[in-house]
Amino acid sequence: MNGWDHLDLQCLPAIWHNHPERIVPAIEEAVAARRGAYDRIFVVYADCGTGGQLQAACETLGVQMIPGPHCYSFFTGNAAFAEACDTTAFYLTDFLARQFDAFVWRPLGLDRHPQLRDTYFGNYTTLIYLAQTDDPVLTKTAHKIAARMGLAFEHRHTGYGDLAQALATA
Amino acid sequence: MSDDDDIILADLNDEDLVAQMFDDLYDGMKEEIEEGVNILIERGWEPYKVLTEALVGGMTIVGADFRDGILFVPEVLLAANAMKGGMAILKPLLAETGAPTIGKMVIGTVKGDIHDIGKNLVGMMMEGAGFEVIDLGINNAVDGYIEALEKEKADILGMSALLTTTMPYMKVVIDTLVEKGMREDYIVLVGGAPLNEEFGRAIGADAYCRDAAVAVETAKTWMARKHNRASAG
Repeated sequence: MNGWDHLDLQCLPAIWHNHPERIVPAIEEAVAARRGAYDRIFVVYADCGTGGQLQAACETLGVQMIPGPHCYSFFTGNAAFAEACDTTAFYLTDFLARQFDAFVWRPLGLDRHPQLRDTYFGNYTTLIYLAQTDDPVLTKTAHKIAARMGLAFEHRHTGYGDLAQALATA
Repeated sequence: MSDDDDIILADLNDEDLVAQMFDDLYDGMKEEIEEGVNILIERGWEPYKVLTEALVGGMTIVGADFRDGILFVPEVLLAANAMKGGMAILKPLLAETGAPTIGKMVIGTVKGDIHDIGKNLVGMMMEGAGFEVIDLGINNAVDGYIEALEKEKADILGMSALLTTTMPYMKVVIDTLVEKGMREDYIVLVGGAPLNEEFGRAIGADAYCRDAAVAVETAKTWMARKHNRASAG
């Protein structure tokens, strides 16, 4: 990654975003298991629905984490997202566009109960695809997802936003 | 929960019909619930008895299984939607007969926030538990909450937020209740994904409820305390 050879990447299950209560204990366990082997550990979960508990846990553990409420925000740039956040928008990232069925559609039961679609998404007006890469296939996928959800579609190229800087300076 | 394709609800005796309605609620079968409610009313059941014995009884099972991780949000939404169908028939009849409720709740998502799945679940589960619920919908400013609390003579205020940017608005509402000398008149319950107990305490709510099942139990506990205080006073 970026030609960096001074770090190891430990991936944790992204599906924990659907169960934020699992994030903090798992991060604590992951940090405890590896802290002896590294000078510094950097957590690349944002708050992600933990209600500030991940930040508190990282402070207790003495490790840094990326600031921000969620990946939509840090990919956009936290300051820019706070200013431009549209509460009637449902956001997708590259990852979520690829994994929409596994992370959104099926967990919400929409494969079994499609009649619930508007119960879930009826207050949204637009799906905003925050694109980290320029991938026409993924953009088309995101567009189709918007149609399935009954929402207008908007494409915004964000790149990696604050994530790039956070990793470079960590 | 059951294979009931061939069941004719009108042919069942009262006991079997109520048992079948429990199954139909569990399975989210709105039309069957509406039919069951109408049959019981036609048989001379008091609307309040239909509410408590058929709908509340059935939703109690749904609520317990949701709490225990046996049922999940989509199924509970369908069950609640079925109950809502029955409630639409019962509500005007309950109003006519002056039936008692175990408490009245005004509930809404706070200003700037459009997320209402959790709030809707709480509202429907509260109705399923026998509370009267006034649902203000989404994006509610403080004046709307206060006007509804006063107009409805509510016991409980429920506020929901999904965003870290909107959850501080709950404190604006609670502070306004304090300023107006109304805070002690209401039980204030808050909930939403980014909240926790600490936040609930910090803003002056009576309780943070992590899900709809907890909200119902918490509301019942606080209503019992309120009644006890009133009796003692």
